[in-house]
Amino acid sequence: MTGTMTLLGAATMPATAPVAAAVGGAQWVRLGITFAYLVSAALFIFGLKMMSHPRTARRGNRLSAIGMLIAIVVTLGDKDIVSWYVIAAGLIVGAVIGAFLAIRVKMTGMPQMVGMLNGFGGLASATVALAEFLRVYFDKQHDPRVDTLIAIAFSALIGMVTFTGSMIAFGKLEGWKVRGVPLSNPFLLPSHHLLSVILLLACVAVGVVVTRDYQHALWAIIVLNVLAAVLGVMVVVPIGGADMPVVISLLNSYSGLAAMTTGFALDNYCLIISGSLVGASGIILTRIMCQAMNRSLLNVVAGGFGQEITAAGATTAGDRTVRSMDAEEAAMVLEAAQKVFIIPGYGMAVAQAQHAVAELADLLRKRGVDVRFGIHPVAGRMPGHMNVLLAEANVPYDLLSDLELNSEMEQCDVALVIGANDVVNPDARRQGSQIYGMPIFDVDKARTVMVCKRSLNPGFAGIENELFFMPNTVMLFGDAKKMVTSIVSELKNR
Amino acid sequence: MSEVFTNNFVVFVLAMFIGFEVISKVPAILHTPLMSGSNAISGITIVGAVVIAGLHRGVWSDVLGFLAVTFAMINVVGGYTVTDRMLAMFKSK
Repeated sequence: MTGTMTLLGAATMPATAPVAAAVGGAQWVRLGITFAYLVSAALFIFGLKMMSHPRTARRGNRLSAIGMLIAIVVTLGDKDIVSWYVIAAGLIVGAVIGAFLAIRVKMTGMPQMVGMLNGFGGLASATVALAEFLRVYFDKQHDPRVDTLIAIAFSALIGMVTFTGSMIAFGKLEGWKVRGVPLSNPFLLPSHHLLSVILLLACVAVGVVVTRDYQHALWAIIVLNVLAAVLGVMVVVPIGGADMPVVISLLNSYSGLAAMTTGFALDNYCLIISGSLVGASGIILTRIMCQAMNRSLLNVVAGGFGQEITAAGATTAGDRTVRSMDAEEAAMVLEAAQKVFIIPGYGMAVAQAQHAVAELADLLRKRGVDVRFGIHPVAGRMPGHMNVLLAEANVPYDLLSDLELNSEMEQCDVALVIGANDVVNPDARRQGSQIYGMPIFDVDKARTVMVCKRSLNPGFAGIENELFFMPNTVMLFGDAKKMVTSIVSELKNR
Repeated sequence: MSEVFTNNFVVFVLAMFIGFEVISKVPAILHTPLMSGSNAISGITIVGAVVIAGLHRGVWSDVLGFLAVTFAMINVVGGYTVTDRMLAMFKSK
């Protein structure tokens, strides 16, 4: 019996003695709530499992949503709830805003959207943590456990860092400017990292005050929230636009960890399980992104990387020759090919060329050309960015491949690079290079490489791309959308 | 350390293992929907928010409860809707 009591108490009754309420019907209600939460958690796990294939992913997401619905409905049966107005108001306002944002957002704006949602998740957890603190602060009868207070402090810290960090990430992705300077440029104060570490230590110190002397720590929890908010800004500001896939993944993981720590504060298994799942997901994505750039997380977080070089002709071709082609010639070459690999990059998203590219792929496939897309893990501004854009443009997902494409590169007639640079730079194979060891598409091994690009400017890594000067490379200079559209119309006229 | 904390911690560690196991099987093409979908799951914090909003112990609980439910609900509804929109676009040959 005591075993069951602990389980019940752990799942539904924060900071109260389980024995007191253990009479008759109330006990069954709590048992029911606990099992319903378990069902929710199981549905989340099944939902994520079904994400392992595009065929089942949509159903998985709906299953997960049903799990959430169950969790919300069941919580309404909590014995501490005495009023419904505030709950109803929050649910309605939140649902309307959430649905509005989600329906209105364009696929090109998806990185910002994901960034913003991460932020709201963190803010929600931080708000719950603050309220939980006030709850124990005003409750003079029961002393909270120390681990509850520690969890509240962590939840406030992680939640606020996630919130303000995500807002900065949102601004960077949205292309906001501060006094004419793009926010997406890395920004570092003098001794920036030292300041960040001091801030973090200050957060820990204030957090200790919260847990040691909570009855006099109302100021401390507020200071903790403010410091954590500043810390979130400090952490994301130095990271350049090109490293956004890592930042978004990391913030995704934080939003989960914030929910997880809130679960510790509320003694709620459902929150702990769900938060951990999301935390794990974000950590995995972060690791994949770092490996795809062959950089350590510390190196990415240190920032200062990925300054956009906009000055035209920042590097010159020197006296080396570059071959270029126009759309008509490119169409001829593509038509004669049997195997064409298209390597898209962030440039494709910027030029909004995905529909034109999809049409090109479709035309070529109708003529019997084997067309495949090679998508680098860090192409774009968030994990999977290119896949979403191409899916929207009706490219079947069977054509979307990753670095595996390298195994067939030698049989490839044309590798068409659109708006990608560092991920096809053969310099990554040269020891001593700044990007040495970064996995790349070995497009130089294809019979012909076509690079659609505005100019010879280097990529985010700021190093010249030897690929452009190779004998089997031809440049298609110009805007990606215009160039691909002209190739498409050339092909149609044949 | 209390027994409740120990139980919480055990659940946390096991859930992390399940998370790593399940999510490492998600293919790269679905990484964006994975992020937005898992993000919606992190809106589970709404469970805590709803209880706060229903306490009615004073202005603090009403205001914070309302804000917490609203933020979490944006996360939940926005996350699931946007994920569904994306996944609807992924089609086979």
